[in-house]
Amino acid sequence: MRKVAIYGKGGIGKSTTTQNTVAGLAEMGRKVMVVGCDPKADSTRLLLGGLAQRSVLDTLRIEGEDVELEDVLAKGFSDTNCVESGGPEPGVGCAGRGIITSINLLERLGAYEEELDYVFYDVLGDVVCGGFAMPIREGKAEEIYIVASGEMMAMYAASNICKGIKKFATNGTVRLGGIICNSRKVDNEYELLDAFAKQLGTQMIHFVPRDNDVQRAEIHKKTVIEWDPTCNQADEYRTLAKAIEDNDMFVIPKPMETEALESLLLEHGMLDVA
Amino acid sequence: MKKPEEMPALPVKALAAIDLEAVGALDLSCPDPGLAMPMGSPEPNQLVRNLVQNYPPRLLRKRSRHIKVNDPIEVPKIEANSRTSPGIITQRGCCYAGCKGVVLGPITDIVHIVHGPVGCSYYAWMTRRNQADVPEGDQNFLNYAFTTDMTENEIIFGGEKKLAKAIQEAYDLFHPKAIAVFSTCPVGLIGDDVHAVARQMKAELGINIFGFSCEGYKGVSQSAGHHIANNGLFTNVVGTEELPPELKVNPWRVNLLGEYNIGGDAFEMERILARCGIQLVSTFSGNAQYSELARSADANLNLVQCHRSINYMAEMMESKFGIPWMKVNFIGAQATAKAMRKIARYFGDPELIARVEVVIAQELAEVEPVRNAIRARTNGRPVMLYVGGSRAHHYQSLFADLGMPVVAAGYEFAHRDDYEGSVVLDSITIDADSRAIEELTIGPDPERFAPRKTEAEIAELEAGGLKMATYEGMMPEMTKGSVVVDDISHAELEQLIEAYKPALVCSGIKDKYVIEKMGIPCKQLHNYDYGGPYAGFKGAINFYTEIDRMVNAQVWRLVTPPWAAKKPA
Repeated sequence: MRKVAIYGKGGIGKSTTTQNTVAGLAEMGRKVMVVGCDPKADSTRLLLGGLAQRSVLDTLRIEGEDVELEDVLAKGFSDTNCVESGGPEPGVGCAGRGIITSINLLERLGAYEEELDYVFYDVLGDVVCGGFAMPIREGKAEEIYIVASGEMMAMYAASNICKGIKKFATNGTVRLGGIICNSRKVDNEYELLDAFAKQLGTQMIHFVPRDNDVQRAEIHKKTVIEWDPTCNQADEYRTLAKAIEDNDMFVIPKPMETEALESLLLEHGMLDVA
Repeated sequence: MKKPEEMPALPVKALAAIDLEAVGALDLSCPDPGLAMPMGSPEPNQLVRNLVQNYPPRLLRKRSRHIKVNDPIEVPKIEANSRTSPGIITQRGCCYAGCKGVVLGPITDIVHIVHGPVGCSYYAWMTRRNQADVPEGDQNFLNYAFTTDMTENEIIFGGEKKLAKAIQEAYDLFHPKAIAVFSTCPVGLIGDDVHAVARQMKAELGINIFGFSCEGYKGVSQSAGHHIANNGLFTNVVGTEELPPELKVNPWRVNLLGEYNIGGDAFEMERILARCGIQLVSTFSGNAQYSELARSADANLNLVQCHRSINYMAEMMESKFGIPWMKVNFIGAQATAKAMRKIARYFGDPELIARVEVVIAQELAEVEPVRNAIRARTNGRPVMLYVGGSRAHHYQSLFADLGMPVVAAGYEFAHRDDYEGSVVLDSITIDADSRAIEELTIGPDPERFAPRKTEAEIAELEAGGLKMATYEGMMPEMTKGSVVVDDISHAELEQLIEAYKPALVCSGIKDKYVIEKMGIPCKQLHNYDYGGPYAGFKGAINFYTEIDRMVNAQVWRLVTPPWAAKKPA
């Protein structure tokens, strides 16, 4: 079983990319489980067709000790297993602690014992505290993909996440598998992200172009592959899924300092500089 | 009965025989010099160097600033109230311990709810041995431990709802006059707003409910918790009720600040004050009830016993209500006599001055035979004191009564002024750790500010040898060449014991058995082991007897510990 975590700046499209990629892997016949690690509990909406499902933490709170795997696990597109960790409403409690509790509970319930080819952790935002780093600690996830774009802050966040990976990689098994570019159509984006990935010591595993079909599929609460298997964007996600399937480049990243990042942007980030 | 409503009768003849002029001439401001170091004591400067010689360079520099050879005249600067160095095995406690455990906890009729995991409350349950003598029919929650029992669920989803429910439950079960809420570490980490919950429940239930942000990790020791407790008590309780007119007849009305009734000390202080006809409005907070604290703004003098834990309160009450404060020490028979004379001189009423002298004479007549008998067996035997933020100072008076020199002493959580005296207050650098604790700015209350003495009257008292609003500190009252160590480590303590071979070490539970394994008796001065009271005159008799028992018992010489016994062949 390959254990994958997807990180990236808030709003960059982690959940969308994860679910569309998982749909591609499922279409290839792979058995996949997605664990949403976001208190909003919206990481499996496209796979489940918007079906509401009670999060692990809500179930734990309401049912107490009597929780079975079937109470928290739902079947999504192409027989994918979907779990939402859940968490507190904004501004109260500790969502990080919630993720730790949730993942530990899933392990105890045997969520990982089934014959799985992949488990994907879709993790909120930056590595902000110990709780959000949970999927990369203790070998829970072994390969990380960071979703980024050519925007400065997305790259800055990606570099920060690399610091977290490096910290745990030196004592554990976690490695960076690559940068997924979710294009924002900024200047020279492909070259910029390619250079950025190389500087981090990794690769740009795929460049996902911007396409309104993603938005259309989302409105229908579906992944692109399910909504329109023939459209161009469906092939882009199939390519990404295949690239992850065939990936053999797993590294301990070399995070960039802010100055290095800024000069990289100056070098590659503007098309119309004389 | 803890507060006198009628003036106790004293022999008229004895009262008339008091020489007021001679009493007025007594110098009550001069520091009491410590007893000289015993002959053959190790050379202190070398000893202090040896104490730190095995530390790595940075730690050596830091610890050297906390360890000084004393000079009572040219008091050396000692570093205090800064972060404990990792690994030195400190005796210190946490902010929550200082706020709930020390200052608020002893108040009998407040329901003290600890918002946190169950252990924070359970392991702080009655550990300080605060006692109380609650009038029949009045509420007393001292024996209870209340907690919200935070579990993982509240950590993740927030604990405010559970706290509100706990307050409601406590109210439904007990209908207390007030409820206090204490924050433990996780509350601060997840950001529960205990103050908002307290405000909401106060509005709903109509009783006083207030919260304390005293998360254990705040500050460098329990001292931060004292400050937070002072701020909260002052803001939410002090001056919220008025003393009824029939209790405003006696002008000699005092509050006793920083007395927590460990082992019954406050009972003895109440007894002595009552004998002299002094009305005790409130004690912060030993054997105290909520309403007494609420009415404390109607006293005419604040007596500060434990300066470290309550000086903030004394200063804020002076600024807001005009109540002057003076430092007192009721530990030791001579010290108690001095404290009582200071109170009498402050009020300046010849009748009170005479009454105090008669009481002192009668009490000392009981103390002196015991003291003299025991002193013959204790005289000259060295003692070391490592405790608290005032006690290591106060108890030196009791040992002076017994002729026992204090060769080394230090505090756990004191600030520089507790060592060097309040004269250094302005020169204390406020570091980031202290700055994180809120400092209230208090001005005169527009309606209730009434200076009990004019500036001229205070100046006259001071000219006559009565110091107001100052604290001498420990070092001016310790002998030259004694060693002062702040926030002592176990290693330093063991080396000092080896060097001085003291007859007794006074400390706390964290090092009690380390000391006793070295064959030295250890008296706990946090909780008095199982003894007390040791304050006042009767307390002094108890203490002399206890110290005699400890330092003259043969048990330490007769017992061969298992690790020293010869193995059978």
